Amino acid sequence: MNNTKYMNPYLAGFLLGLVLLVTIYITGRGLGASGAVKSAVVATVETVAPAHTGDLKFYKEYGEEHPGNPLKNWLVFEIAGVVIGAFISGLISNRLKFTFEQFPKSIKKFRIAGALAGGALFGFGAQLARGCTSGAALSGMAVMSTGGIITMIAIFGGAYIFAYFFRKLWLSNKGDY
Amino acid sequence: MGPLVPEVIGNELNFIVALLAGIAFGFVLEQAGFSTSKKLVGLFYGYDFTVLRVFFTGGVTAMLGVITLAHFGLLDMKLVYVNPTFLWSAIVGGLIMGLGFVTGGYCPGTSICAAAIGKIDAMIFIGGSFLGVLVFAEGYPLFEGLYKAASWGNVQAFETLGISQSLFAFLLTFIAVAAFWFTAAIERRVNGKTVKGFHLSKVYLGLTGLAIIIGLTAFMLPDKKEYMLKDLADNNFVASFKIEGMDADELAFRLIDNDNDLQIIDLRSQKDFDSLSLPKSTHFMLENMFEKDAYKLLSVKHKKNVFIANDELTAKSGAVLASELGFSNILVLKGGFAQFKKDILEFVMPAGTIDRKDADTFRFRTNASEVMPVLIKENKLKQSSGKKVQVKRVLGGC
Repeated sequence: MNNTKYMNPYLAGFLLGLVLLVTIYITGRGLGASGAVKSAVVATVETVAPAHTGDLKFYKEYGEEHPGNPLKNWLVFEIAGVVIGAFISGLISNRLKFTFEQFPKSIKKFRIAGALAGGALFGFGAQLARGCTSGAALSGMAVMSTGGIITMIAIFGGAYIFAYFFRKLWLSNKGDY
Repeated sequence: MGPLVPEVIGNELNFIVALLAGIAFGFVLEQAGFSTSKKLVGLFYGYDFTVLRVFFTGGVTAMLGVITLAHFGLLDMKLVYVNPTFLWSAIVGGLIMGLGFVTGGYCPGTSICAAAIGKIDAMIFIGGSFLGVLVFAEGYPLFEGLYKAASWGNVQAFETLGISQSLFAFLLTFIAVAAFWFTAAIERRVNGKTVKGFHLSKVYLGLTGLAIIIGLTAFMLPDKKEYMLKDLADNNFVASFKIEGMDADELAFRLIDNDNDLQIIDLRSQKDFDSLSLPKSTHFMLENMFEKDAYKLLSVKHKKNVFIANDELTAKSGAVLASELGFSNILVLKGGFAQFKKDILEFVMPAGTIDRKDADTFRFRTNASEVMPVLIKENKLKQSSGKKVQVKRVLGGC
């Protein structure tokens, strides 16, 4: 079991901060995640229904801000890196395995529904707030952006407010985790 | 001076940087344990505060690094992407994400890490996030009002709060450390067993001491910008500083000669500059000298950088600043722009007999007073037709 131990959180945080700092120093921008999903969605819709993207304002505004192929985007490359980096980490620490993770007493179909709904809410919320935990909260904190810090407080505050109602999804008996 | 994109690192190479940054990002997140929702939601039920530790340590480290780099003039904050603030969308979007966090157990970045090591629940989460974005995109007109309401611009938190940057950084760091201590206590309680909290090893103490020393010196030494500007306010200091001069005649000659090595840095007001500007001149204010625009212009090799202003002393303070910042080939227009006007632009042949040694000069000035206005006019036309290149803030965010 020793090889699946996680890194000391403070050390991991320090390294995370350095990665973010170097990224800001080199590129002038922070890290992100949800933006890559947005690019992928825009690219998909453009391919599937090209006429459709011409009509809707969202795609038009996106096209104005990001000319060219939506997949030729900084965040898309960055997220490709995240997949590689996480895979390497999993390989080194012997954590590569196809699993469906759930808590002992939670029901599988609820977990599936929860993951799907959670993803949808996160995707939607990240669009509205112009960034997710990475792009708005973490990178926003690094540059002391007011909006980023408000979003951060809202994400974690919101999670604490709603946590009680979804406890059955995660908590069962003490000691299960 | 950072950011290195797009000058040092081109836009294409930037994609490679993105890939590498992503690899490091993904690696650290996975190593920290962000690839399992059990660890992530632990934060909200009080049994595992790893997320808070990693997240806050990372944010504070990066923030302090950014402040330090900017403090020592290594990073131009005017170019760094500061997430714009739209109050209501930030709050509502954040709350929705919070709800998504406790139902889904991941956030977008962590779900990708988890999916990369084979978590099927994370893959479902990613599928969900595609749906969420699609709903937003399709229904955009419905949300646009909220999305764009209360736009505060690229504002930073210490400006919003009306406190100094240092105080804000200190408070945030303090809150982080207090949270580490407090959550370790909660964790012990919830889990009923002692978790390793802080323990003061020699390495930690050494590093902390070093950080405190750097922090204190940074606090005590004023900002590089601040103390340099303070020096410049002292006229004696500026006057005694040795800067090579260029007189109005030579400047006029070089302009007429279309000398490609000449660069004029114009420190007059924007209004003066707009109404009359010399060819090869760029407008700057003293404060702009610290920015990347000025850096780019002045670091070009083998150029003669002539500083001009209405009076020589103002021009000289700019020149002094430039040489203090480490730029070379800095000159100042003798007598300021006023002299240039008098000697060249509005030159009138003095009445009476002319000394023989002045005759050539006067003939040149008479000639120049006719040619210069034409050059100025041509330059103005060229400028208004050509596009103005301006360094823009990097476009970032999600």
